[in-house]
Amino acid sequence: MPEDVNLATYNADALTEDLSDAVPATPAAGTAVPAEAPRVETQQDLTEEIKAIGDAYARALKDGAAPETQPRLDFAPYRSSLLRHPTKSLHHADPETIELYSPAFGHQDVHALESDLTIQHNGEPQGERIIVAGRVLDGDGRPVAGQLVEIWQANSSGRYIHKRDQHPAPLDPNFTGVGRCITGPDGSYRFTTIKPGAYPWKNHLNAWRPAHIHFSLFGQEFTQRIVTQMYFPGDQLFPLDPIYQSIVDQDARDRLVATYDHDLTEPEWALGYNWDIVLTGSKRTWTENEALGAEGDDHE
Amino acid sequence: MSNSTKLVPTPGQTVGPFYGYALPYNKDRELLAPGSPGSIRLQGTVYDGAGHTIPDAILEIWQPDTEGNIVHRTGSLVRDGYTFTGFGRSAVGNSGIYTFTTVNPGPTEPGAAAFISVAIFARGLMNRLFTRVYLPENEEALAKDPLLSSLDPERRKTLIARRDADGGLTWDIRLQGEGETVFLDFEGTGTGGAAK
Repeated sequence: MPEDVNLATYNADALTEDLSDAVPATPAAGTAVPAEAPRVETQQDLTEEIKAIGDAYARALKDGAAPETQPRLDFAPYRSSLLRHPTKSLHHADPETIELYSPAFGHQDVHALESDLTIQHNGEPQGERIIVAGRVLDGDGRPVAGQLVEIWQANSSGRYIHKRDQHPAPLDPNFTGVGRCITGPDGSYRFTTIKPGAYPWKNHLNAWRPAHIHFSLFGQEFTQRIVTQMYFPGDQLFPLDPIYQSIVDQDARDRLVATYDHDLTEPEWALGYNWDIVLTGSKRTWTENEALGAEGDDHE
Repeated sequence: MSNSTKLVPTPGQTVGPFYGYALPYNKDRELLAPGSPGSIRLQGTVYDGAGHTIPDAILEIWQPDTEGNIVHRTGSLVRDGYTFTGFGRSAVGNSGIYTFTTVNPGPTEPGAAAFISVAIFARGLMNRLFTRVYLPENEEALAKDPLLSSLDPERRKTLIARRDADGGLTWDIRLQGEGETVFLDFEGTGTGGAAK
């Protein structure tokens, strides 16, 4: 896989700075220095901001508001979102034609070995080997069969291979951190990988992201498309993280946390984590074949 | 098969800054080879609420072929150079510009307005956004399109591409502020991404 990485694209995109907004830039030489340097925002500032939003949500719930299930697009503690969230409500639309179908992926697209992130190089990667497995279901509880799952993550020391990640933790020559698979007839997926480390970012001073794996999923309809992040149980960074906390409802947040599953753990090999993913409900009337899960792999 | 189990969908999260070595792939933005007969360029720029270009957004398009057929062909990730699969992915460059090589989509039903379905992801964007880009030509079809006719004229035009002199399409995305693109909620709950 590393040889498949398109270097032109890789080098062209994605500036890092989750940093730009929070940490004040040093004034260029010759410009007037403000009388008082802007205060650097601390974790405590952010934690208070997050708590105030959480308290307001708890009050709204008490007053009968419906529980929220998705992140807020407008969530100021994640500073990079300030200029990037729509200010108008999303416009309700009934999905039509093309939106009621999804691109088809199959074994032409994804090699079976791409689901093992620990065998992409000549040697064994550093860190704790894990298995992450679960099922992809739609909102009606039906398995999402024959669809694409993509993941990417930091290595065990919390470093992404991305060239703009400047965190001074070691890269691992035996770990890229990219995997793909096609779900089985029962919607199942399974990856073998390394437990990612937490990593620092520049949203505010001493900001750390809880360990996570990025997931990208397709359903049977394009309206079910989702990109999200899976977390590990018991992470002490959860209350401090503006991205995780952008989901203000505790039950909804919990849906991103995998469960340790000893039945998935393999003796003398790897610890197992289970995480099921639920997409939105179907808006199309399915054919009998689809309902029986016959669609999916390699159909032409 | 009816199944009355209603499950609550898993929340989305931002794509973050580091998708660049994971999501892009070879020929991801070439639904067919550039320069091949019938191919057009679809391009545009992604802007934030201050009018600055966004260098770390990634777009996906999903569309019917020129005849309006929805194709069910695998091979979007490993393109064979001949099969039109209808799906493409393009990360923007440092200048915020995305580019696809594709075809003009046909109307999926007689008389319907032709459009391409779009999903947008970016660092700083908490959840993906859905929208559509319509071809500008068939005014009669555009006028009776259910989505477009539910929008006021200023907002409506954010979903209609401009035809370039070379036959391509230009369509910009504004995540916030003046000329903010219309983004869609398919769930009817207002929480297709929970604006608030």
